[in-house]
Amino acid sequence: MVSGSSAEDHRYLPDSVEQAVKLLVVGAFGVGKTTLIGSVSEIAPLRTEETMTAASIGVDDLAGLAAKTTTTVAMDFGRVTLNPRLALYLFGTPGQRRFWDLWEGLAEGALGVLVIVDTRRLEDSFEVLEQLELRGLPFAVAVNHFPDTPRHHTVENLRQALDLLEETPVVMCDARQRRASLDALITLVEYVMRSAESAQEVPV
Amino acid sequence: MTGPRGAAPADYQDTPLRPYVLTGGRARPSRNTIALDTLLVATGPASDLPVSASRQERALLRMCTRLLSLAEAAAHLELPVSVVSVLASDLVDAGRLTARTSIPPAARPDQDLLQEVLDGLRKLR
Ligand SMILES: Nc1nc2c(ncn2[C@@H]2O[C@H](COP(=O)(O)OP(=O)(O)O)[C@@H](O)[C@H]2O)c(=O)[nH]1
Ligand SMILES: [Mg+2]
Repeated sequence: MVSGSSAEDHRYLPDSVEQAVKLLVVGAFGVGKTTLIGSVSEIAPLRTEETMTAASIGVDDLAGLAAKTTTTVAMDFGRVTLNPRLALYLFGTPGQRRFWDLWEGLAEGALGVLVIVDTRRLEDSFEVLEQLELRGLPFAVAVNHFPDTPRHHTVENLRQALDLLEETPVVMCDARQRRASLDALITLVEYVMRSAESAQEVPV
Repeated sequence: MTGPRGAAPADYQDTPLRPYVLTGGRARPSRNTIALDTLLVATGPASDLPVSASRQERALLRMCTRLLSLAEAAAHLELPVSVVSVLASDLVDAGRLTARTSIPPAARPDQDLLQEVLDGLRKLR
C-alpha cells in the first residue's frame, strides 16, 4: 500500500471533525437502502461484512451445522461531513428480525431510523416496524416508488396498512434522487427533535 | 450487487468461521465505547508498535494515519466490524489510537446537536 496518494487522502475526514453521529436506513432486500445512501453520501458507499453464528440467527433445527457455519451479512454505508466539526454516517441494514441482534450493540447511539418501504411488498416491513416500536427507536417511513408501484396508495392508506402511530412521519421518496433522499432524512431528524423535546417535558 | 427481485442477494451467504481466530478467540472488545461511527486516529506511526503486534493491528494503525470511522477502517481493510472493533479497543488501551467517541448508547442526543444535523442536511439540498 502506497501512502500519500490522493485516492487514499480522499478517504479521510477533515482533521477538524470532532464528532460523528449516525442514522440507520432499514428495509427489506432491494428496497433502495444502498441507492438512498449513495445519493446522499460524499464517498462511494462502502461495505462491511459481519458474521453471525447459526445459533444467533435462531435456527435451532440446524444444531449439527451451527458450529461449522456462520452467515455473513453485508452492510452498506455512506458519509456526509455536515460542517467542519460534525460528520454524519448513514448505515443500511436489512430489516428482518433475525438480523437485529447482530446490530443491536453497533446501532446503539443512532439518532434515528429511516425505514424504507416498498408498497408492492408491504408485509416485508411489518417485522421491522414492530421491532423499532418495541425498542423505542424514533423512526420515519420513506415510501420508495418503483415503476410498477401501485398508484392507489396514499400516505393515509399506507399509514393504516402499516398500522403506524399518528405521529410517525411518512414521506414519498425516490431514492435515486439526492434531493428526495435528503428530504426524507430531514423529515426524520425533524421528527427526532420533536420527540426528544416532548420526552423532556416530564411532569414535575 | 442486487439479484432479481425476491431472490436472496449475494449480500447474504454462508461462510466458514474465521474472524474469531484473528482476535485471539475474543468475540467482543475489551471496552464498550467503540461504535461504528467512533472516529479513530493513530497517535504515532505503525513502526512504533512492538514486534509482538499482529499484522491486523499494524494494518489498522496504518489505515488510521488520519481521521476515519471504525466502519470505514473495517471496510477498507476488508475485515468484519466486530474484528476491527476488538483490534481498535486494544490499540486505544495501548495508547496507539485515539478514539473520538460517538454518542453514548444510553444518552439522548441534545437539541443543539440535532439542530446542527438538521442545518447541515438542509444546506446540502
Ligand atoms: N424506480 C426506482 N428504483 C429504485 C429506487 N431505489 C432503488 N431503486 C432500484 O432498486 C434496486 C435495488 O436498490 P438497492 O439500493 O440496491 O436496494 P437495497 O438492497 O435496499 O440496498 C436497484 O436496482 C436500484 O436502482 C427508487 O426510488 N425508484
Ligand atoms: Mg444494499
